[in-house]
Amino acid sequence: MSDFTSEFWNIYVAGLTILSIIACLVLLWISGTTKVNPAADNTTGHVWDGDLREMNNPLPRWWVYLFVITVIFAFLYGALYPTFGKYKGLLGWTSTGQHAAEVQKVEAAIAPIYAKFDGMSPEQVAGNAQAMAIGERLFMNYCAQCHGSDARGAKSFPNLTDGDWLGGSDHAYIKNTIAQGRTGVMPPMAAAVGGPEDVRNVANYVLSLSGSPHDSVRASQGKVKFAACAACHGQDGKGMQAIGAPNLTDGVWLHGWGEEAIIKAVNNGYNNAMPAQAALLNEAQINVLASYVWGMSNKPAAAN
Amino acid sequence: MVSLYASSKKIYPRAVKGLFSNWRWITVWITQIVFYGLPWFEWNARQAILFDLEARRFFIFGLVLYPQDFIYLTGLLVISALALFLFTAVAGRLWCGYACPQTVYTEIFLWIEKKVEGDRSARMRLDNAPFSALKLGKKWLKHGLWVLFALWTGFTFVGYFTPIRELAALSLAASLGPWQIFWVFFYGFATYGNAGFMREQVCKYMCPYARFQSAMFDKDTMIVTYDEKRGEPRGPRSKKADPKALNLGSCVDCTLCVQVCPTGIDIRNGLQYECIGCGACIDVCDDVMAKVGYPKGLIKYSTQNGIANGWSTAQMVKRGLRPRVLVYTGILMAITTAVMVSLYLRTPLKVDVIRDRGALARMVEQGRIENVFRLQVMNATESPQTYAISVSGLPGIEIASEAEITVLPTEVRSAVLRVQIPPNSSETGSHTIHFDIHSMGDDVAQVSEKAAFLVPR
Repeated sequence: MSDFTSEFWNIYVAGLTILSIIACLVLLWISGTTKVNPAADNTTGHVWDGDLREMNNPLPRWWVYLFVITVIFAFLYGALYPTFGKYKGLLGWTSTGQHAAEVQKVEAAIAPIYAKFDGMSPEQVAGNAQAMAIGERLFMNYCAQCHGSDARGAKSFPNLTDGDWLGGSDHAYIKNTIAQGRTGVMPPMAAAVGGPEDVRNVANYVLSLSGSPHDSVRASQGKVKFAACAACHGQDGKGMQAIGAPNLTDGVWLHGWGEEAIIKAVNNGYNNAMPAQAALLNEAQINVLASYVWGMSNKPAAAN
Repeated sequence: MVSLYASSKKIYPRAVKGLFSNWRWITVWITQIVFYGLPWFEWNARQAILFDLEARRFFIFGLVLYPQDFIYLTGLLVISALALFLFTAVAGRLWCGYACPQTVYTEIFLWIEKKVEGDRSARMRLDNAPFSALKLGKKWLKHGLWVLFALWTGFTFVGYFTPIRELAALSLAASLGPWQIFWVFFYGFATYGNAGFMREQVCKYMCPYARFQSAMFDKDTMIVTYDEKRGEPRGPRSKKADPKALNLGSCVDCTLCVQVCPTGIDIRNGLQYECIGCGACIDVCDDVMAKVGYPKGLIKYSTQNGIANGWSTAQMVKRGLRPRVLVYTGILMAITTAVMVSLYLRTPLKVDVIRDRGALARMVEQGRIENVFRLQVMNATESPQTYAISVSGLPGIEIASEAEITVLPTEVRSAVLRVQIPPNSSETGSHTIHFDIHSMGDDVAQVSEKAAFLVPR
């Protein structure tokens, strides 16, 4: 991609670069054809500090050749690499291309390590110490920013260690989630539920489902209004993994616990997104990483 | 009229014997025995000195240094620089004349050259002689020996970076890797080219240290000087004649001082930037003075003040302890001591505490406040270690997860710690806490790291 706003600047920069290199040659030619007349004692006649004199010490000829070689090198380099303005260079080198090549090199180097885990079942990978060390490092690099170093998440970022899954719990589901990302959407339901009082009642009903502290009068009033929620969360509020609707009867509160948090969810809805990691990780890495994540909530199985 | 450029004339330094020449040979032997010998030493079933760039580990006898120990390289460079300042301020270009690899290898190559082709005059005759089988044979022999020596040098150099015994085995089996071959030959070629051909031109036209050492001279720096008052007017004379009667100085104009000079200058023109302070002219001139029966020291180590005021050695040495020298010495001693002490006290365990950025703080079961920390634990020993981690700094603070971690030799592992405090036990805000990590082995290494524990509103 060119950074120049018009053709003029391209020519200006390229011309300046070429002229500067040629100017070096001109300088060399001028100094090479200059003749000086040393004094009788073989000094240039210059005196500093009263007794510091410059003797006639001509530079060696090879220095001139080196200088010329440097200029030739500059032109060769300029021809091969993008040096002069918009000119792309004969090699077609770009920093992006170099990065891609280096990534490829690293991937080729680590492929044999990952190949070991190819034939294993997710459970076996989760039980392999080397795979888990790799998984841990991958997790620290790609996942810990949101899910936390201990994978217990934070508000709005799911806890991956508790065995409570929004949309599925097997290795394939985790793998797919890492590769493709996830979007968890809950539409704003305030209108469907009714007025603000209704929303507060529903919130208390939802709290009652998990046995959390609540206002029982409001809860019983809100039970009717829960029909609007049941479409996704189920009649009993146990959620629906097929569409990723959370279970409302357990003690896990992804977006915060309590009346206010639930009212906020009903009024505004949620649009929770996990970005896809497929662009950053290859198939083999995702496989190991999924086993690592799976192993966090399935420790007993991994030990077998 | 002369041009600003001229093809450089080949210099044929004459061999010289004497006090300073002996000192130079002593340093040549010491530095080269160290350089060629060190890589062959073993330590704990590994090479004693090995700079493993690929694994990013420097093994120096019992010490293992990691990229995190880069500060020690800084220390080494600072010590080297200050030592150069000090020696140069006291006695001129000591480094150049006696210890610089350029000088040392040139000296070794000159010795080989002298053994094969003879001394100065013989070499000049050989170079001017017409082509002959003998000339070709001598030249081939000389270059053959040079190349062998240079390749051995290159091989030794690479032996500091890959285990030299393996390297030797690979070389014999002719199965070196491309980079190993490149570096052996590159370093070998540099040795051959610089010591065989470039020689004094490296000092005159390439070396930056040559220039700034001259800038560190003052009027009390010991330099190679020609006693002009005593020497001039120069001229040949009979040994029996009285120079005073002939109106001559002590200099007999034998030009030996010019012939032995490795940079080809005439010291009698005074100090020049080409002079590397090797003392060859002193050695040879003292010989000549002894032969003609004059006192030694027409060319000698002296100072500008000493020459100007006709001081004795004792007077010059007294001026040696001037503020500049004392300050250099003081700083050098202080930094050397600091580096040594810090190396001695260095724990073979490094810990980095990284607060988790995902969640500042959370409330967990029973309203306990939890913070998550990641500890990067680096085991800098050569055996596997198990470390116990404890935390302190707040009432009731404890680690709610696994507080032990096993790290393989010279490896890094990260331990994730969930740290909890009881509900309502501390004010909201940030509190300083300390993680104490200590190894469970026999030689206990202990590290304490500070961190911040956040209590939410």
